[in-house]
Amino acid sequence: MASLIGYYSLIFGSCISFFIIFFSVKNFRDSLIFDTKIVNFTFLQFIFVIVSFLGLIISFVNSDFSNETVFNHSHSTKPIFYKISGTWGNHEGSLLLWLLVLTLFILLFLLKSKEQNKQYKILTLLIQQIIISGFFIFLIKTSNPFNYIFPVPEEGMGLNPILQDPALAIHPPILYLGYVGSSIIFSSALAATSLNYISIEWAKHIKQWVLISWIFLTLGILLGSIWAYYELGWGGFWFWDPVENVSLMPWLALTALLHCILVLERKLVLTSWVVILSIATFTLSMCGTFLVRSGILNSVHTFANDPKRGLFILIFLFCLIFLSLFIFIFFHKVEKKSIRNFFWLSKETSILINNWFMMYFLSVVLVGTTYPIFLEVISSDKISVGPPFYNKLIIPFLIPFLFTMAIGPKLKWIKSDLQSKTYLILFLIISFLLSVFIIKNITTSFLMNSVLLTSAFYLFFITLRDFFNKKTKNLSQNISHFGFSLLILSILFNNIFSTEVITNLKIGETYQSKNLNIYFESIDQKDKQNFKSIKGTFNIESNNGDIETLKPELRLYNQPNIVTSEADIKTNLLKDRFLTMNLVPNQEYFNIRYQIKPFMIWIWLSVLLICLGGITSLFKKKYED
Amino acid sequence: MRIKTSIIFLSIIFVIIFFIFYKGLQNPNIYTPSVNIKKNIPSFEAKIFGTNNTISSKEIFKENKFYLMNVWASWCVPCQEEHVFLINLSKEENLKIIGLNYKDNIKKAQIFLNERKNPYEIIISDPNGIIAIEWGAYGVPETFLISNKKVIKKIIGPLNRNSALEIERLIQ
Amino acid sequence: MKLYKYLIIIFIIFNFNLPNAQSEKLQSKITKNLRCLICQGQSVYDSDSEFANSVKVLVEKKINNGESEKQIYGYLEDKYGEWILYDPEFKKNTYFLWLLPILMFFIGGAIIFRLFNIKKN
Repeated sequence: MASLIGYYSLIFGSCISFFIIFFSVKNFRDSLIFDTKIVNFTFLQFIFVIVSFLGLIISFVNSDFSNETVFNHSHSTKPIFYKISGTWGNHEGSLLLWLLVLTLFILLFLLKSKEQNKQYKILTLLIQQIIISGFFIFLIKTSNPFNYIFPVPEEGMGLNPILQDPALAIHPPILYLGYVGSSIIFSSALAATSLNYISIEWAKHIKQWVLISWIFLTLGILLGSIWAYYELGWGGFWFWDPVENVSLMPWLALTALLHCILVLERKLVLTSWVVILSIATFTLSMCGTFLVRSGILNSVHTFANDPKRGLFILIFLFCLIFLSLFIFIFFHKVEKKSIRNFFWLSKETSILINNWFMMYFLSVVLVGTTYPIFLEVISSDKISVGPPFYNKLIIPFLIPFLFTMAIGPKLKWIKSDLQSKTYLILFLIISFLLSVFIIKNITTSFLMNSVLLTSAFYLFFITLRDFFNKKTKNLSQNISHFGFSLLILSILFNNIFSTEVITNLKIGETYQSKNLNIYFESIDQKDKQNFKSIKGTFNIESNNGDIETLKPELRLYNQPNIVTSEADIKTNLLKDRFLTMNLVPNQEYFNIRYQIKPFMIWIWLSVLLICLGGITSLFKKKYED
Repeated sequence: MRIKTSIIFLSIIFVIIFFIFYKGLQNPNIYTPSVNIKKNIPSFEAKIFGTNNTISSKEIFKENKFYLMNVWASWCVPCQEEHVFLINLSKEENLKIIGLNYKDNIKKAQIFLNERKNPYEIIISDPNGIIAIEWGAYGVPETFLISNKKVIKKIIGPLNRNSALEIERLIQ
Repeated sequence: MKLYKYLIIIFIIFNFNLPNAQSEKLQSKITKNLRCLICQGQSVYDSDSEFANSVKVLVEKKINNGESEKQIYGYLEDKYGEWILYDPEFKKNTYFLWLLPILMFFIGGAIIFRLFNIKKN
């Protein structure tokens, strides 16, 4: 029943698009006043989609296995929280979530843009409706979440237990908020270009949307990494896996766009570039959707391997690209050259450099992710592009990037010389000495590490000083850049000072090394709701006599038949202790992997700080001007 | 003019990219390394199954017959399915089947063979999986057809009717 | 601007060695660079599958035999193809892979440079 309502609600929602488009086009040419009917229809479309989405959720909660999606991805013994999150944990449901957020955001956009030009609003809506219709068609034709199967199966196929995790449950919604936000920017930029409305006022208006999209995208990526760290059991949080890269690329473009908007809201420059970035961000999101859902790439978490769906997204994506190219080339008017009066040491320069580096990082990730596809089509060679590639190309460039971040904001907007240079140089020396002292015992790649560490510390100290300096005006930038320096520092320390022990232990045995003892005390077997649990108790004693007890777990699921290894992680401000235990086939002992990972929690906290900078900017806007 | 050239240029690039992605969709995603066809068989030494004696690849593949090298294990479910085909093939005159027991428990492997009959002339043990790597295998089951000390066919996954028929055809 | 370019070139010239955990042995380093062929996107180091464990044993054996990192990679590439290596070699078929981003970097730099040269004149 719920599925039936959901299905028809979806159909009705798609029909509303016609009404919206019809009245929008009519209103565009006719009167000067914006027709409120349009907003009403947009609202109605949103209601239909949310009813459809609720219909799917209810089907999952009720374990309605006559619904094919529910059958494929759920099981009656699944805990209710994961039944609900299972709604969007599959291809069809996640697309419905996309639609939900798309319709919600355009509604919010219209509501929040009451003072804007009527034609601009309508055009944005129209372009957004193209995207929405595309998704409706895609959903109904190829990825219907409400397919009916008969005879109704007794039980579902179950959801992958690795996906039954709180962080992963909210990761898609948050991430989609970021992606969909970028669709609004896309539509808005194209609409503004067509009307020659790219201006300082437009930048001020779109800035909040850029910020919202950016904040959610950052949080979404953070949640994905946290999930990978806590759940996948290898103690890493970023693997340059294609799906991860696919979320990083729009983020890089969006960050570059954010910085450009900061310039555009004060001076009419960089207009072409802003439009290009706006187009690129959403295009990258869609491209990412294509890469992940079509099965063209091999990755840890690809959704569905259906080339038919892939073909649809591919065609849709390229239609969008050609549409935006068309609008850009024919409608965009470059600003008069006389207005462009940059000076060497101005703030705009540092933002230009930021964009320069961002585009470089973006091209590294883009080329690394898509090159294997191109190569395989052209020459049938199959190669892998993994972490070493990205590390080699990105890390050296982080050094000048960090230095620019430190010094850039210090340069005034228009023409200035560097005053009071003393503390700048002083901090540099301190950073250098500090880095060398910290890693003096490390022999591998000392030079690279020390310079990288120096630059990160430099940014750290400068932003920290600015925070306490009353003259600092730009609090949000300060917080975000400080967060970024902290992120780099945490990752560096984590990489350099992590240690690990891998060994095989039987119950009652102890592993001894000069730094610690690991005593395998006992095993506890229990039957849980949808799995059988084997928990090991380990006592780990370090040199100073501290004993820490860790209990990693093995879970034997029945539907589907998988064994997962749940790490036990003890976190404190200084380090994480990470212990996993694995079965060894045909043997009585277990394979134990114990890692000490310093500053892990600071990695998460620093990304939160970066977000906080964005949030500050969002709310500060109300007090500015 | 500049606008026109840039349009054409960009359009061409995007159309090319479109076609490459389109073709990419058609490609299967499962990687089957074909590097080992028509290559010489590796030379190695291995323990004979159930004993402490070693035998070298030279001795195993010394005759001028066709050889079928089958990577198997008692814990591997598809190996049970393909075993029937192996028994049938073992009746062929000019084909000798060699078994590579992959990361297995000897007792369980012996039970496996007792239950289903033994098609293998010689069985060698690979407790670490290293010999399988020498052959370029990465899973179980995998089968290699050898002639004149070269691999002429590689089958990944269990044997089925088609592959068994093809082997029979190739050894004539 | 030129200063930046020179700084970057200097750093590129140096070895691309990365921050490594101090206790990481050669085996860990190598196995982190190898793809587990039966897993979906995991390195041999991170994976617990049969294949991964076999490769770990093999790598350890070869290290003890005195083989170099390059030799081990070469051996595995010979058996399984380039797909197993996560670090793409700088060969004919990967020129674009490595050079395209660098090219983008220089193009970006050139654009910015031009922007400022216009100002100066």
